[in-house]
Amino acid sequence: MTNLMPQALANWIDWGLGVFYSLPEWIQYLTITTWKILFVMIAVILIVAFSTYFERKVIGSMQGRVGPNRVGPSGLGQPFADVIKLLIKEVIVPSQSNKFLFIVAPLLSLIPALATWAVIPLNNWYVIADINAGLLYVLALTSVGVYGVILAGWAANSKYALLGAMRSAAQIVAYEIAMGFALVGVVMAGGSLNLGDLVTSQAGGVSNWFLLPLFPLFVVYWISGVAETNRAPFDVAEGESEIVAGFHVEYSGVAFAVFFLAEYANMVLISTLTAIFFLGGWASPFEGWTFLNDISWLAWLTVGGLPWLFAKMCMFMYTFFWFRATFPRYRYDQIMRLGWKIFIPITIIWIGVEGAMAWFQIGPWSGLGA
Amino acid sequence: MMLHSVLFYMFALFMLGAAVGVVFSRNPVHSVMFLVLTFFQSALLWLLAEAEFLAIVLVLVYVGAVMVLFLFVVMMLDVNIEAAKRGIARYAWVSISIALLMAIELIQLIWLRNQGVASTGGFASTPEGYSNTKALGAVLYTEHVYAFEIAAVILLLAIIAAITLTMRKRPGLKVQDIAAQVAVRAKDRVRVVKMAAEKKQ
Repeated sequence: MTNLMPQALANWIDWGLGVFYSLPEWIQYLTITTWKILFVMIAVILIVAFSTYFERKVIGSMQGRVGPNRVGPSGLGQPFADVIKLLIKEVIVPSQSNKFLFIVAPLLSLIPALATWAVIPLNNWYVIADINAGLLYVLALTSVGVYGVILAGWAANSKYALLGAMRSAAQIVAYEIAMGFALVGVVMAGGSLNLGDLVTSQAGGVSNWFLLPLFPLFVVYWISGVAETNRAPFDVAEGESEIVAGFHVEYSGVAFAVFFLAEYANMVLISTLTAIFFLGGWASPFEGWTFLNDISWLAWLTVGGLPWLFAKMCMFMYTFFWFRATFPRYRYDQIMRLGWKIFIPITIIWIGVEGAMAWFQIGPWSGLGA
Repeated sequence: MMLHSVLFYMFALFMLGAAVGVVFSRNPVHSVMFLVLTFFQSALLWLLAEAEFLAIVLVLVYVGAVMVLFLFVVMMLDVNIEAAKRGIARYAWVSISIALLMAIELIQLIWLRNQGVASTGGFASTPEGYSNTKALGAVLYTEHVYAFEIAAVILLLAIIAAITLTMRKRPGLKVQDIAAQVAVRAKDRVRVVKMAAEKKQ
């Protein structure tokens, strides 16, 4: 490696590393963690930017349109054009609004969406905070995100915004319960609350993923996730046709952009979490297929890592767009019925089935419990 | 240890400030948000005491669910400040007596501490890899199973009581029968009629 680069550069790097390792341990730790956080944040924001572009492209192609194609090659510069436009627009604060909460509300919805990334394992070593109660942390933070929506609706002092906030509050509280119950099943199967341990307990290829044995919980979790992010067909909080734009009707410029960012960051988050809980996270689907190792140009398929997690995340992001292009909006009472009367019973029954299977040593959990 | 105490006093100070904010805010929505902040700060204090399960559950249950519903109610009610002020005088003796009781208990605790009575023994630091989630689960479902079950039954009763109080039959209510809607088949709605073609001229 050293003969590939000039001696002077190698010396500089050696010197830099020497200085770094001579620093106190906590400064080293702080520096490394800060870089880890920065990397994840920049990656998430870039994914968000391009997913707005892909959303318009995907929905466009499903509806026989072209989608954005003016800015840059095949429209790839569109997200940046949008961001710059929103940044230079004026932020209008309604005169009768509660100024402080009006400004704070977008931040309250963005911060939990970004802070959750702290416990998400991107591969077998890259996780910012490897905590034991990681899954509880995820649940706690996703439940805090609703404050942004509620306060935005209330602080704007607008009837439409308040209606949107009310709808969203009831909806999110309802679907959170189904989501939590679905995760109880995952915890039972994985035997841990640590997200890294949950991924390693699914190692060994597609057949060991929780997707198949926990299929009902996977469906409930995924649909609740779509509802939790207020995306179509559960986007009654925005409901353009009846309440204009719901909770963010009074927002403009950067404040609106932050809501937009939060919504897409939440989508990316839910996609990644579903991949981690049910599709083995960064584990490769072909793990344990030893015959692939004999073919030299296919051997990389069996190695787990960030690309697999990214691919699974993209798959779920695509289904978000697909839902939006396909389904009409749910009626409000039907959303409530689906959450309380269908999803919660399904999860409770499946947890019971899983417990019984673990107790009587049947099927995939014969090693668990007892 | 130094950092630990600094953090403790910082969080405790914020918590007390937020608690004062709950009482003195004129706007009920601000009060609720201050209460949320108080919960957050006490969760942080629990984290400092290495009770991470309790801390996260406090955020999950109180901040994530209970306070959301609270906020919901407060926003809908549109509290009349003047009427609430008149109520203060009426309920003053209740609140003052509760505050006095709590103050006496606190003073007693501090007095005991000064007498050299170790009431709790402080927070013992736990060994590496100790999971208090697991420990709590092991105790909750074995030693304290009756208390746990009784608490669960009381909560269930409360839910059922609240629902029966609010759910009443109203005349003229239009309700869909979802099962009937799902069970509908095309032949129930559309009748295909066989007809002879028009006669050719």
